[in-house]
This record gives sequence, C-alpha cells and structure tokens, in this order.
Amino acid sequence: MEVRPYGDTLDDGAMQLSFTLPMTDSATAREAAKQLVLKLGFVHCEVVHAAALSEGFTMFIAYGWTQVSIDPDQIEVEEGAVPELMGFDEVNKFIKERLGRPIVIVGACTGSDAHTVGIDAIMNMKGYNHHYGLERYPMVEAHNLGAQVENERLIDYSQEVNADAILVSQVVTQKDVHVDNMADLLGVVESRGVRDRFIMIVGGPHITHGLAQESGFDAGFGRGTYAEHVATYVAKQLVERSV
Amino acid sequence: MKAKLGLPQDKITRARELAAAIAAPVQDYIDRHTTVTVERATLRALGADGVNSDGVPVPNIAVESLKNELQSGTARRYVGALVAGGLEVDELNTQITAGFDLATIEPPDRAEVEKRAAELVDAFAARVTGHVSSRNAALAKHRENEKWPMLYLIVATGNIYEDVKQATAAAKQGADAVAVIRSTIQSLLDYVPYGATTEGFGGTYATQENFRIMRAALDEVIEQEKRYVRLVNYASGLCMPEIAVMGAMERLDMMLNDSMYGILFRDINMYRTFVDQHFSRMINAFADIIINTGEDNYLTTSDAYEKAYTVLASQFINERFACNAGLAPRLMGLGHAFEIDPSIPNCFLYEMAQAQMAREIFPECPLKYMPPTKFMTGDIFRGYVMDAMFNFASAATGQSIHLLGMLSEGVHTPHIQDRHLAVENAKYVMNAIKDLKDDIEFRKDGIMVNRAREVLDRTITFLEEVAGTGLFDAIEQGRFAEVKRPKDGGKGLEGVVKKAGDYWNPVEEMLRSRTGVME
Repeated sequence: MEVRPYGDTLDDGAMQLSFTLPMTDSATAREAAKQLVLKLGFVHCEVVHAAALSEGFTMFIAYGWTQVSIDPDQIEVEEGAVPELMGFDEVNKFIKERLGRPIVIVGACTGSDAHTVGIDAIMNMKGYNHHYGLERYPMVEAHNLGAQVENERLIDYSQEVNADAILVSQVVTQKDVHVDNMADLLGVVESRGVRDRFIMIVGGPHITHGLAQESGFDAGFGRGTYAEHVATYVAKQLVERSV
Repeated sequence: MKAKLGLPQDKITRARELAAAIAAPVQDYIDRHTTVTVERATLRALGADGVNSDGVPVPNIAVESLKNELQSGTARRYVGALVAGGLEVDELNTQITAGFDLATIEPPDRAEVEKRAAELVDAFAARVTGHVSSRNAALAKHRENEKWPMLYLIVATGNIYEDVKQATAAAKQGADAVAVIRSTIQSLLDYVPYGATTEGFGGTYATQENFRIMRAALDEVIEQEKRYVRLVNYASGLCMPEIAVMGAMERLDMMLNDSMYGILFRDINMYRTFVDQHFSRMINAFADIIINTGEDNYLTTSDAYEKAYTVLASQFINERFACNAGLAPRLMGLGHAFEIDPSIPNCFLYEMAQAQMAREIFPECPLKYMPPTKFMTGDIFRGYVMDAMFNFASAATGQSIHLLGMLSEGVHTPHIQDRHLAVENAKYVMNAIKDLKDDIEFRKDGIMVNRAREVLDRTITFLEEVAGTGLFDAIEQGRFAEVKRPKDGGKGLEGVVKKAGDYWNPVEEMLRSRTGVME
C-alpha cells in the first residue's frame, strides 16, 4: 500500500522545505525557488518566506505537495547483529551465570587509522552518552590498544591475552581503505590458522552488520550501537559456541 | 500566586465596583427579556430535538409557531402538548417535524403541566449533574497526570470523523484540552445544525451529535493516557443558550462564551446577545463548565501595547456578568494574549507585566492565555521562537489555560507535525522553568511593575467613562476595539421579546435556584 507525506489530510503529500539559493532576494529569486521545488517532483508549491542572508544568498521556506509515494511492504531493512539487546546489568549477570569467567575483548584502530573516538567510546570506562564502556563491565576484561595498531601486532597481543573477541575500529573509509584493512587483518588471522579462536568484530560510523559479514567478519556495529551491543553479541556467541 | 507587583488593592476594588455599575443596568434589561434562542434552549432542555425533512430543527419550528406568544414563554405549550396528547417527547418531536403546530393545542390543566415540566426538568438536571460527577471522578482519578498550565490544542477539518483522528493524536501528543473550531458561518446562524457533519468551511459545525462523537473519542484517550482531556467548543453567536445546553448534555468541559466578542467582531445585536449570554452562563455554571472569553480579539484588531487596558476592562466586565449568572471564579477562563509588536524594545517585559497582573487580579480564575498571531509570518522558525517566549511568559506567571502557538500560524491551519512541535516546545520550556514563578520577584520600581500600574490606572479611567455613558452607548460610540455598533443594529434584535407578567420558564427557575442567581 502506497504511503505519502501527511500534512493534515491523508495523502495530501504536504512537506515543509527550507533551503538557500545563491541569489539575491527578488521576485525572480522567489519564483526560482518555487520552480526548483516543482522540478523536484512536487505538483504544487508555495514559497511562504524569503530571507536575505547576505548579498547573493537568500533562504526560502516553502511548502510543497507531492504525489510521490512509497510502498513500505517493498522495503527491506537490514537487521543488526543484536536483535535482542541486554543492558549493562543483564549482560554481566548472563556472562557470570552462563560462562563463569570474564570475557576478554581486545580493541584497536588498525593500520593507518588514528581516529580512536569510536573504539574509546566502546571501551573506555566512561563510554559514550551514558552508556558505559567495556572497561567498566565487571565480567569483561577489556584491552584497548589505541591507534594505528598493525594487524600482526594486534593478533600477537590477542593470542597472548587469550582474547575471546577482537574489535577493530574503522572510521576512515575514503577510497574504501577500510575494506582493504579489514581484508588484510583476516588474512593474518587465517594464515596463522586461528580464525576459529576469535570472534572478529568490526565497527565504525560507516560499518553495517551486512558489510561486516560479507567481508568475512562475524559481526559489524555502526551508528547508534554501544558497548552493551558488543558485550551482548560476544557473550551470546560464546555461549552458543560452547554448546 | 503571591502578589508581587504591588498593585494597589483599593484600585482593584474600584475597578470591580465600576464593572458592577456597568453591568447593573444591562442585567436589569436581561432579567426582563427572553429571546428565541433562550426559548429554543429551554425546549431542548425539556427534550425537544430532531429536524424536519428540510433540516429545520424542532426547537426552531416550535418557537416559530409560537412567535406571537414568546412573552409568556414556550414551555407551557410544549409541555402542554405532551400532557394533552399523552405523549413522550420523542413522539411530540416527530409530530412537530410532520407539521403539528403547538399553537393549536389548548394547554390543559396548569398543575398537570407544571408537574410534567418538573419531571422533565429533573431529568435534565439529573443528566447534567451526572456528568458533573463523572467529570470530577475522572479528574480525581487522573489527578497525578494533570499539568498546569493545561495545554490547549485546536482541530478543525470540517469533518467530525477526521477531527476525531486529529484530536486523538493531539491528546496523545500531550494536549489537556482539545477545541474544535466551528465552521466560520456558524456564529451567524439562528439555528443549530443537526447530526454528524462531514463538511464545513474553516471548521466543523457544532452539533449535539458531533459533541457526542468527540466526547466518546476523547474518553477513550483518557483511559489510555490516564490523563483527563477536556473537550472545548464555541457558544458565541446567535445560539449561545442552545449550544450551552448541548454542551451540558454531552459533557463538554469548556465553552467559549462572550457577548462582547459577538457584538464587536460578529455584529450580533447587543441586546440579543447579552440576554443570551446570561442564560447560557447559568447553564455553564450548573454544568460546571469553564467559560472562556475572547479578550484576545481586542489585541488582534488594535495595537496591543496601546490598548492593553481594554483587555483588563473587558476581563472585569466579563467577571461581573459571569458572577451574575452564578459562575464561580474557578469557572471563569478570562482571556488575554501575547500580541505586542515584537520589534518594540522590551516587548517581552510588557507581556510579562500584563500576564502577571491578570494572574494577581484574578487569582482563582483559570486564565486563558493566547499565543501570538498578528505578527506571525511565513518565517516559521522565527514563529517557533516567538512561541517559546510566549510559553515562557505563561509558565513564569502561572497562567492556567495555555492555547498552544503554532509555528505555521501565519501560513495555514496546523499540520499534524506542527502540533507535535508546539507541544514539544511547551514541554521543554515549561519543564525548564517549572518553579520559576515561585522563585522570582519583580524590581519594585522597575519596568514591569510600572507598566502594570499604568495599565490598571488606564483601565479604571476607561471603566469610569463606560460607566458614565452606559455599556450600550459606549459600544455604539466605538469605545471598544474602535468598532461602532448601533444599538438597534446587527443580527438578532427581532428575536428579543419582553417578558410578560405570565412568563413561565421552569428550566430558568431550576437554573436560578441551583446556581443561586437572584432575580
């Protein structure tokens, strides 16, 4: 069934728009604004306000009515790695009861990536946005190796501390460098014959679970995920694998 | 609220004395007259309802057929027909739609008629007091989710079934009161349309069935949200008493009810609408329905800075007329608005002063505060900020009924997301300054204190002038809102009738005794 924007009546297709044109305010500019909106697929447009921002720039507020619609039944949404999330207390309890020992997670930004904002948000005590980092979890032994860690060193360290999961942060995605880095890391793990020993996780603002799995990782975590997503996933995976 | 502006109490008392002096001769006129709509409302309370095949309501047919004897009241003929024919009200109503003329029936034994009338009046009274009880029970049950000021939102699609969807959404978004704006023409109709309606211009017709439908929908929301949501409609126009009766019968909670608005802004005849207002306000008092008055209109037509005193003057006058009709202060939702030109330096201080002053002068009244409209433009972002300032003034001065401002006020009737944004704005501001009103004082000789004093003084001067000329003449001379209305002009004067010595209205008698209104 088709769905259209709703103003005050079903299927009226009403939308509120605001945008700036690099034009000085004039009757021509306002008409240009209107026609631009119509060109975008709106069947009717009213420009209700124009504000001169400075010489050569005008902000417009407009309402447009569109007949464009979308069928929600035709849309597929990618499911994340953790359909059922456990909170801080719940996951610690789960690990204690079901595994009886802390889980070991090693995290790092690999290769040339120096942006530790993401990995710190997941691992540091303080965490992010009131979601504690993995270091705060009593039932998690968290090792944050920081930035620009070489893949070989990351695996060496993970073997030394008997990591259950390796968490790789990839922020920089220009020219798909993250894809190359991820492939390289997996190459190291496989060549040492230890792929099955570690749960391989990749995270970052442009990472999705789908992309991670396609690339050969076990899971991916993107925007809107926190330490508890990672902890829940790893804990559940370990329980599943031990069965 | 603690008095902070240091307004001289003797001046406030003087203003009230002047309002009483202004109202007295008008009240005298009111007490000696009835109108076609007072009679129709009386018949509705007794059970008259329905329409004929041309859509003419039974009360209108009845009153029209009795137009030569309205001075004696119409109850005797209607109840007389019930007694003489051994009929129930439904049966008589059907006969009237088929052409039965009430004037042709000789009213039977007076004692019998009065006995039957008493039964019908008791039934009406019981229905209304039942609603008062159930409202009070619901308010008590959900008291902990009550918030002040109460957030008031408007819907108006023209189709009552669409209105239900929008009202339900509004209530779930956080509205504590939902008002259905009426079709623009309704103020000028000398009858009340019948049944559920799906078409209207600029609003939805107020009909008893539409009231019932919306009430049921909101009651469902109340159960779900565990928060009482008040239903509001508008009585103003040529049928104030009838709409008040319908509101009482269907458990509306608030009604716009203001003769001055009708006279000045809808050109309703002043004699007609003052008589109508009194009867309708007695019904509201009996039904525990809060009245809202339209002082905002003074500011949308005149300069809000210069004419602020007309708002206060009108509030005093409305208070007096409300009191005369048995309304307690807690049922007087006197109105005011935030309409000063936003380019004036310190405009916000003047708004604060006016709002704080109203709060202090009418401490028990659930004041209705209305948002900026006159200076709202297509710049919806600026409009959103102006609404935030309005929300601040409202919560900082303890207003009671807060009509939510829409960022798109200057563009169109609200989209569903506009209402959501309005509620979010108010929730944020009002939570952020939740106890500010109990934490602030005003500088003794500051701008706001001086402004309030100045407006009060100007109000007293104005009330003295009006008391001097009399209210009817003052209106004729254009003293209010710069609008002149001739005493014998406007709509509806022909429907005003002087009561004869044998005038009988059992509904009016019941209302007077229950509300304590003296004759």
